Amino acid sequence: MSDYHIAANKLRTTPILTVETESPTVKTFTFKDKECSRAKPGQFLMLWIPGVDEIPLSILSTQEDGRVSVAVKEVGEATQALHSMKAAEIIGIRGPFGNSFTEKHGRILMVGGGTGIAPLLFLAKKVASKTRKLVFVIGAKTRKELLFIDKIEALCSKSSVIATTEDGSYGIRCLATMPLEKMLDEEKFDMVYTCGPEHMLQKVFDLAEKHRIPLEASLERLMRCAIGLCGSCIIGRYRVCRDGPVFTANQLREVKGEFGIAKRDFNGRKIPLE
Amino acid sequence: MKEALSMNRLGVNLAGLNLSNPTMLASGILGYSVETLESIVEGGAGAVVTKSIGLEPRDGYANPTVVQVSCGLINAIGLPNPGIEEFTSEIRAAKTALNVPLIVSVYGFSEEEYATVSKKAADAGADAVELNVSCPHVKETGSEIGQSLEILSKVVRKVKEVMEKPVFVKLSHNVTNLTDIAEVAAKSGADALTVINTVKAMAIDAETAMPILSNKRGGLSGPAIKPIAIRSVYDIYERVKTPIIGCGGIANWRDAVEFLLAGASAIQIGTAIALRGPNVFSAITRGMETYLKRKGVKSVKEIVGLSHRR
Repeated sequence: MSDYHIAANKLRTTPILTVETESPTVKTFTFKDKECSRAKPGQFLMLWIPGVDEIPLSILSTQEDGRVSVAVKEVGEATQALHSMKAAEIIGIRGPFGNSFTEKHGRILMVGGGTGIAPLLFLAKKVASKTRKLVFVIGAKTRKELLFIDKIEALCSKSSVIATTEDGSYGIRCLATMPLEKMLDEEKFDMVYTCGPEHMLQKVFDLAEKHRIPLEASLERLMRCAIGLCGSCIIGRYRVCRDGPVFTANQLREVKGEFGIAKRDFNGRKIPLE
Repeated sequence: MKEALSMNRLGVNLAGLNLSNPTMLASGILGYSVETLESIVEGGAGAVVTKSIGLEPRDGYANPTVVQVSCGLINAIGLPNPGIEEFTSEIRAAKTALNVPLIVSVYGFSEEEYATVSKKAADAGADAVELNVSCPHVKETGSEIGQSLEILSKVVRKVKEVMEKPVFVKLSHNVTNLTDIAEVAAKSGADALTVINTVKAMAIDAETAMPILSNKRGGLSGPAIKPIAIRSVYDIYERVKTPIIGCGGIANWRDAVEFLLAGASAIQIGTAIALRGPNVFSAITRGMETYLKRKGVKSVKEIVGLSHRR
């Protein structure tokens, strides 16, 4: 073996094309990258903020002309630095990495919280025209943080979009998982897709288990290499970067001692999820 | 048991440890938890080496910590680890769960630290330790220890004083006198030498004029360093009798066989796992077995150092 090639792992530098403000804490960054423009819903990329950090981000959308978008919430030093960047400034890209959601066409329920809505919107765009039914439950702390609601309402019929906010400033005042209990008692679904805070994922998982509905959830962990070597993102026997980030209910059952409970810190120690 | 081992063409005895085959997981790869080590053993590894563990917890460096180049990977992860106190429970659990030798990689900032961590690892159940005196990207440990004959000798002797179990020493190629260093490690009591760690390297992005790794400097692994590692093994084999564990760019059975012919008794695999997953171990083992059969060789031990006699 004379060379060493891992698909799409070589760093490409590219200018930011556009920056759009989605909410007080979330911006969408768009750039051109041929390899990531072929990504499937659920996959992620590594974005290098030169001189600052490199962070994993779910892919929000791709265009045939090679444009790729990611939605980034300001949560720390790296995302703050990225938020201060403007069009024409240079970023680095590796990826796409990881597996993707399976694209089912039956009666579909999507449950997204916060920026976790991004990969689900990507998936919904792919499957909306083919599904028998598509219900989208989205949740956020406030109306201002409720992401992409216009785009989601344009994809699904308005009556199948259920918005929840923790302060009641829009939709129903509750957590995104609240409306599910009644809905799953009354309606039949063939598949649940979910992404967002892990406590929410765990609740959605429990409900799907109770109603015996297959589920896929996209998880988030600390990432370094993104190619399955360093072990930073492990959950049970799985590497989230390589074996995930999308996990089936069967796999989540296997890692019940960690799912919704613990993650690995920078030093590899298991710590409680905040 | 003895008979079963003698029947096994691939079985090796490495400094007193029985390996069902000569492939080992290299340090730094996935070695935080019992579950991931188990997945490597299921993939066919004959032994596993954990991430390098120190006295205190360490966070490692900010990203980017890994960058791909055309012939391998450059990394500067910065020895992230939970510290030996926390890690002992993982060692205990691994000892119960794994049916292959468990080697704990150890680094320290002084000879006392190397000795303390090694002793704790052995007491928790590690079958051997591998002293990391060759990490190229953390100051005052790793290669800064392993490039000085005097300091290296002190560290190995100190660890040997407190350890009854085998002590492996992982060497860096980035020295002017590798065979002298190997000889000193051997004379100081090393039970095996792992040859080689990553090679000092760096990557710069032309558009931003920035070094890509947050630590700027890192270590190169993968196919690029295989010929360097083979020469290192070959040279050391001529100088010392201590068993050698070959490491550097091994991705298939032919690479592995080349290291054995150069003088390695066992080999370690790391970077290739990103290409072929944990099953890279069984793929290499199968290929080696076919090679040995084809050559009419009854035991893998017979080809160790064979190229020196050609």
